[in-house]
Amino acid sequence: MQSLSNRKKVVSDKPMNFMEKIYLPAILGGMWITFKHLFRKNNTVKYPEEQRVFAPVYRGMHVLKRDEQGRENCTACGLCAVACPAEAITMEAAERVKGEENLYREEKYAATYDINMLRCIFCGLCEEACPKEAIFLTDRIVPSEFEREDFLFGKDKLVEPMNARIDVTKRQHTGQRGTK
Amino acid sequence: MDSGLIIEKLVLVAIIFSISLLIAMYATYFERKVAAWFQDRIGPDRAGPFGILQPLADGVKMFMKEDFIPSHSDKWLFILGPGISMFTSLITSAIIPWGEDLTIFGNTVALQVADFNIGILFIMGVLSVGIYGIMIGGWASNNKYSLFGAIRASSQMISYELAMGVSVITIVMMTGSLSLKDIVQDQHGMNWNIFYQPVCFIVFFVCALAETNRAPFDLPECESELIGGYHTEYSSMKLGFFLFAEYVSMFISSAIIAILFFGGYNFPGMDYFSGNALAILSIIAFFTKIFFFIFVFMWIRWTLPRFRFDQLMHLGWKSLIPIALINLLITGLVIALNKGWF
Repeated sequence: MQSLSNRKKVVSDKPMNFMEKIYLPAILGGMWITFKHLFRKNNTVKYPEEQRVFAPVYRGMHVLKRDEQGRENCTACGLCAVACPAEAITMEAAERVKGEENLYREEKYAATYDINMLRCIFCGLCEEACPKEAIFLTDRIVPSEFEREDFLFGKDKLVEPMNARIDVTKRQHTGQRGTK
Repeated sequence: MDSGLIIEKLVLVAIIFSISLLIAMYATYFERKVAAWFQDRIGPDRAGPFGILQPLADGVKMFMKEDFIPSHSDKWLFILGPGISMFTSLITSAIIPWGEDLTIFGNTVALQVADFNIGILFIMGVLSVGIYGIMIGGWASNNKYSLFGAIRASSQMISYELAMGVSVITIVMMTGSLSLKDIVQDQHGMNWNIFYQPVCFIVFFVCALAETNRAPFDLPECESELIGGYHTEYSSMKLGFFLFAEYVSMFISSAIIAILFFGGYNFPGMDYFSGNALAILSIIAFFTKIFFFIFVFMWIRWTLPRFRFDQLMHLGWKSLIPIALINLLITGLVIALNKGWF
């Protein structure tokens, strides 16, 4: 059959000649190759001090978005929890009462919203399922912890703070509200 | 024997003991650094500047780990194994001549703990005992992987010690003495054995790799097949002793290679110096050679893949021993012709 990649090599088990049998030329050749690597630039990114640049669509830690007036978008419809293949998302819904219009965008909101970061597989299906553009994955890394309980991220860690808004405009699933 | 000599020797023993341990400690650090450099990485750099406190951190980790003895193991032999390994690795340093004689307060101090007239035989003997540490450890673990590792170690040792012995005999024939001091002094200046016996050097070097269980001959502890070989069941500082003994014996092997083939503490142009200057320069020359060979050991480890066991046996019995014997024969003939015995 014709080779498609042109990299096909025919394997042969012909007996080794003398130079191959004494191994030494091959060993010295290999040592020369590793020696050249001594002077190469290393590829290490020293993580806590410097961070690799992520793609804008990188699927990292989640954020629960607020709208322009600072109201939470999430209405606790539960579609993200249904879509989640790892069953990492749980939430409790509550009804908005009078006087909370500046906190929550619609009449229903999530009283608690938990993502278990140890269960999450960062597939982004919650982001895709969300009809209210409330949950997004971001290019932030989930910080490491020592205890399992600390990986249960509640609203305190997920909802974006007003003074440090998180930009998700470069992501694939951002669209004008209602057109998604 | 006067008490001054005893004190002098005790001080020397203490210094050599701590230097061997220090070098072995930093050999573990450099092993990781060299591996990183060869693989375009940085290596350990968190503990202290450039990570130079890494060996201490490793040591603390080893001590803090749970010291586990399996219930089916032979407890005393299990404890004895790493001890023998460590003891035999360290004891060979006693007869290595570290440099020219030093003069301190009018006393001439020989930088060698004991100048045996059978020094090289002593080293071969102790090296053979060293394998008992691995064998006993593997046997006492009562684990099939450990036993496999121990069996491999002992069969490897038997096959390679023959070729090693024959290549040592070649050097002994050229020098006419078994004492390491005489072997070194015979290579005065640049008159090194490597220029007369390159084949012998290659045989000896390959055998030294096999004797220290270093890659590509690290079959006794090969992770992919035997989990960890003879130290599968070991934890904590007993494991640390096994691993540490490997680095100590790497240091000693480098020293012996330097003595037998690269003139020990001799260096070109040594006739221009005398007294303590010569002694200190000779020590520096010797340690430079040792460090170079430790680097070569690591270089080879991070270049070559592990041999298959049949290839190892094939290389030992069918290649190295015949080569060493033929080399011995030719050397003997040349010496006989030179002395006019025919």
